[in-house]
Amino acid sequence: MAVEPARASTIGRLERPAITGVLVREMVNFSSYWRSATFSSTVEPTIYLLAFGFGFGALVNQVAGYDYVEFIGTGIVATAVLFSSAFPAMFGTFVKYKFQRTYDAILAAPVDTEELVTAEALWIAMRTSVFGCVPMVVAIFFGLDPSWGMLAVPFIAFVAGYGWANFGISIAGFAKSFENFSYVVSAVLTPLFLVAGTFFPISTLPDWAQVLANFNPLYQCVELVRGAAFGFVWTDLLRLGALVVFGLATWRIAIYAMTRKLVD
Amino acid sequence: MSDGLAIRLRGVVKRYGPITAVNGLDLDVPLGTCVGLLGPNGAGKSTTMRMLTAQAIADEGELEVLGFMLPGESKAARAQCGVAPQLDNLDVSLTVEQNLRVFAHLYRIGRADRRDAVERAIRMANLVDRRDSRVDTLSGGMRRRLLIARALVHRPRLVLLDEPTVGLDPQVRQELWALIDALRAEGTTILMSTHYIEEAERLADTVLIMSHGSAVAAGPPAQLVAEHAGREAIEVYGPPAKLAETEEACRAAGLATRRTGTSVSVLGVEQADGNAPEGERRPANLEDVFVLLTGEEID
Repeated sequence: MAVEPARASTIGRLERPAITGVLVREMVNFSSYWRSATFSSTVEPTIYLLAFGFGFGALVNQVAGYDYVEFIGTGIVATAVLFSSAFPAMFGTFVKYKFQRTYDAILAAPVDTEELVTAEALWIAMRTSVFGCVPMVVAIFFGLDPSWGMLAVPFIAFVAGYGWANFGISIAGFAKSFENFSYVVSAVLTPLFLVAGTFFPISTLPDWAQVLANFNPLYQCVELVRGAAFGFVWTDLLRLGALVVFGLATWRIAIYAMTRKLVD
Repeated sequence: MSDGLAIRLRGVVKRYGPITAVNGLDLDVPLGTCVGLLGPNGAGKSTTMRMLTAQAIADEGELEVLGFMLPGESKAARAQCGVAPQLDNLDVSLTVEQNLRVFAHLYRIGRADRRDAVERAIRMANLVDRRDSRVDTLSGGMRRRLLIARALVHRPRLVLLDEPTVGLDPQVRQELWALIDALRAEGTTILMSTHYIEEAERLADTVLIMSHGSAVAAGPPAQLVAEHAGREAIEVYGPPAKLAETEEACRAAGLATRRTGTSVSVLGVEQADGNAPEGERRPANLEDVFVLLTGEEID
């Protein structure tokens, strides 16, 4: 038995092997539940797309200068982003923390809460970058013209998804029970996704609501996707900046919330 | 590492609100030994275990694991530790092999050695035939073997086992004891918490008895028995009234007693000079020490 202390070189933060380890765990697990995850993340936004597209699209031809299928086919990306990031982050984190005690096992390995939360959010953001585009691809079959700029949409979905994943992890970190989630879904997420400029333009809202909409990350996501599809304008840089700030802020909040929860 | 110690705790205190779970605990685990942390439920064993992986942060005191100071350097210590928790936290929808592979990544085993490490752990858990079975199809004993093998996948220098055999059949418990004993024979340092006295007696080189968050006795099992319970005990059976009478008579004669539920054990009878009551003679054991030191009633 070697008695000399086998010192690790340095003890760093956000170490790559730790983050990779957590990502590998998620990827291996994904092989056992990818069907249900893909279904819940893509089918619901696609239903919204078709229902509004056919229902509302029959009443109006043009919205904010776009054909309605163009308007909703791009805006729906934000809905898909929300459904593939905030929801799985909220429920998944709570289940792994409370029922499967997965995080206890991971934190006993050389992984810190900061690395754990970062890796979990990155993983959800990666999934979101794919799932987020699905309804837009569906819309292409219903008359949305494909464009080269749309290749930027997975990147936009990734940045927005990272923020919403951290939002969901934070909620799970602060929640005492599953029941708490319904308050967040009803009072925060539903209004935000309805007033994001996905289904109807923000310009129809009262002035105060238009100002508030700028603080809705889903609205910024919608506008960025429209920029990607129909041509960026300079203000899109500000919108991207807003999403990055949203992602960084929720990231730190998620780490704080989960540290409180996981380390006594 | 200070004085060849794998774990060194000094004056460790951990409070949860008004409750003091660990209260000034000192603990030494020398390298290459197996130390048993023995105590009733609520004595602070699990909290102590969680502090060793910095999943609980001590309010006071010094904690050193494998030469690293906690909680600051805990990650480096954890890289060389294996932990088998009391509550099973395997990924139930994954196979045996997948569970081990994930932890080979989490414990940073290089690509070249990963496959061998997983194979070795599968053999150690005796699950070669079940490598492709999902964890939720395994029996309780298999799951516990996998949980321990998962903690060993990176050949840790120190293994922390929290109640490794709680709630298992005697046959399964024997299997796990064999596994732990093999590990001990290889020279791995082990800290094991348990409230099964037989487990501590069989596996531990030294035992630390905890009560109300602090150590009440420490030493090799045989020495603790000799020191606190003497060499021989007499079991006196009978109706409650007779047991109470026996207790009183022994107290008058200066003999220590403890209740077992069905009898009264009179301890240290080799020094009784004919004052010993009638009953069955037996050697004193660690359970006598345990009950003597941690109290007859659980509060």
